[in-house]
Amino acid sequence: MISVTGLRKSFGDHVVLDGVDLEVRRGTVFSLLGANGAGKTTTVKILSTLLSADAGEVRVAGHDVAREPDAVRAAIGVTGQFSAVDKLLTGEENLRLMADLHQLGKAEGRQRAGRLLEQFDLTDAAKKPASTYSGGMQRRLDLAMTLVGNPQVIFLDEPTTGLDPRGRRDMWQIVRDLVADGVTIFLTTQYLEEADELADRIAVLGHGRVIAEGTAEELKRRIPGGHVRLRFADHERLDAALRVLSDASRDNDALALRVPSDGSLHELKNLISRLDDHTVEVDELSVHTPDLDDVFLALTSQKVATR
Amino acid sequence: MSTQTLPRLHPIHDSATMLRRNLKRMLRYPSMTITLIAMPVVFLLLFVYVLGGTLGAGLPGGGGRAAYANYVAPAIILMTVMSTVQGTAISVAMDMTEGIIARFRTMHIARVSVLTGHVLGSVLQAVFAVTVVTGVALLVGFRPTAGPLEWLATAGFLVAVAFAFVWLCVALGLASKTVEGASNTPLPLILLPFLGSGFVPTDSMPAAIRWFAEYQPFTPIIETVRGLLMGTPIGNSAWLALAWCAAIALTGYLWSKRLFNRES
Repeated sequence: MISVTGLRKSFGDHVVLDGVDLEVRRGTVFSLLGANGAGKTTTVKILSTLLSADAGEVRVAGHDVAREPDAVRAAIGVTGQFSAVDKLLTGEENLRLMADLHQLGKAEGRQRAGRLLEQFDLTDAAKKPASTYSGGMQRRLDLAMTLVGNPQVIFLDEPTTGLDPRGRRDMWQIVRDLVADGVTIFLTTQYLEEADELADRIAVLGHGRVIAEGTAEELKRRIPGGHVRLRFADHERLDAALRVLSDASRDNDALALRVPSDGSLHELKNLISRLDDHTVEVDELSVHTPDLDDVFLALTSQKVATR
Repeated sequence: MSTQTLPRLHPIHDSATMLRRNLKRMLRYPSMTITLIAMPVVFLLLFVYVLGGTLGAGLPGGGGRAAYANYVAPAIILMTVMSTVQGTAISVAMDMTEGIIARFRTMHIARVSVLTGHVLGSVLQAVFAVTVVTGVALLVGFRPTAGPLEWLATAGFLVAVAFAFVWLCVALGLASKTVEGASNTPLPLILLPFLGSGFVPTDSMPAAIRWFAEYQPFTPIIETVRGLLMGTPIGNSAWLALAWCAAIALTGYLWSKRLFNRES
């Protein structure tokens, strides 16, 4: 649905995108993850025809963004980082404005606006100017406006930045419902949790390049940071275990140890038999895989170190 | 290339949609319109009641305050148009800072409608403002000699003037980096009538200013309005004024279009 090869963009001397390749399949959620200033918004702007690329090929919904921008525009919907609603108009007027621009005719426009207001829990605020809405309500209205045209591809540029936890969860549910309807979603976020929750595939953007790509699970597995946590009944047993396991380190908990491990069955078996051979008694054993935070930090710091 | 056909663009329908958006915005934010009308009204009162007695005495044939009210009203009416178009520059600049313009740019719509919506909205705003200010002028002693046909011609002519300068101000609004900038750049449009035949006849000015006054666009524009309303001779002023308007409208339109399509 979206394919990007060798995308480059600089602003003056400042290289923002330095050869980005991406592939997004129809009906999936793709998340572009990166710190502030990593080039996420620039990527969205190029993919949504707002900016032109310096080099590379970008195809969205089967059309080249540089050669057929109108065809791309007809297929996409964009919900930006800063709410793209008309704050002087009411929620309903904003939706009707979109319906008019999509040539929907009066009756159909009114009907669709009403349905979206209901779906996004904005019916009570429909007649109030958008300037009086909370951050979460403005984001919901923003996304509802994007949906008026039934886009095949939706770009969500940091849709939950600045929202409270409740607003964020609402937004996540909305995104899940959309995917269930077969829409392709290109999501940028700086929250790893969000990518983990929503995305089928994740690309990590750092210093203008994709430094890792895969499912959340794949990314986690690639990164060291997984460990087995062992808990002991007392200090003697813990000391006994320390003598056996040279690579173990103390956990924050006084009676627990961390043993580096990728969590595979093979390594676990080895660990257990070593403890068994020395008759070390363990109270509790748990396997910890790295979360995306570990992945992100590991990837971005690696990149810095090689520079 | 894909063989799939794109939905057709509807520039007129989209412009009407954008016009409705701008009219609603004006109604929600009436203080802008009020400010735009207040300025020429203050000038009118100032020129008629404070300066009018003396300035009127200096008119060819004299006549005092009453004569001066008739002399200055056309200039004040024109100032009303300029005040409105200055507001256009501000509202366009304000609009560009809002995310909704980025949304419009990512939609498959007739792009120019974003601008034509502003232009049509401002022309209607100018018609409203001119009506109010003309009403005030009549109250303070403006006694035009125009018949219905002349009034109609005046209205049409002022719409043409408003249309031309609105396009220029749309471009100025797009070109300015800040909203403050947009409120300052059109200021010459308010001042130029002073350097023409708007407030005093040009014969009373020093040679250099007189030369400038006679060749700047506002002099034929004011002379045309004055001729239509007061029956003074128009000569070739009307054609000159319309030529200026056409040139300004075209420049403003092309410039605006280029600015709007540039990348943000």
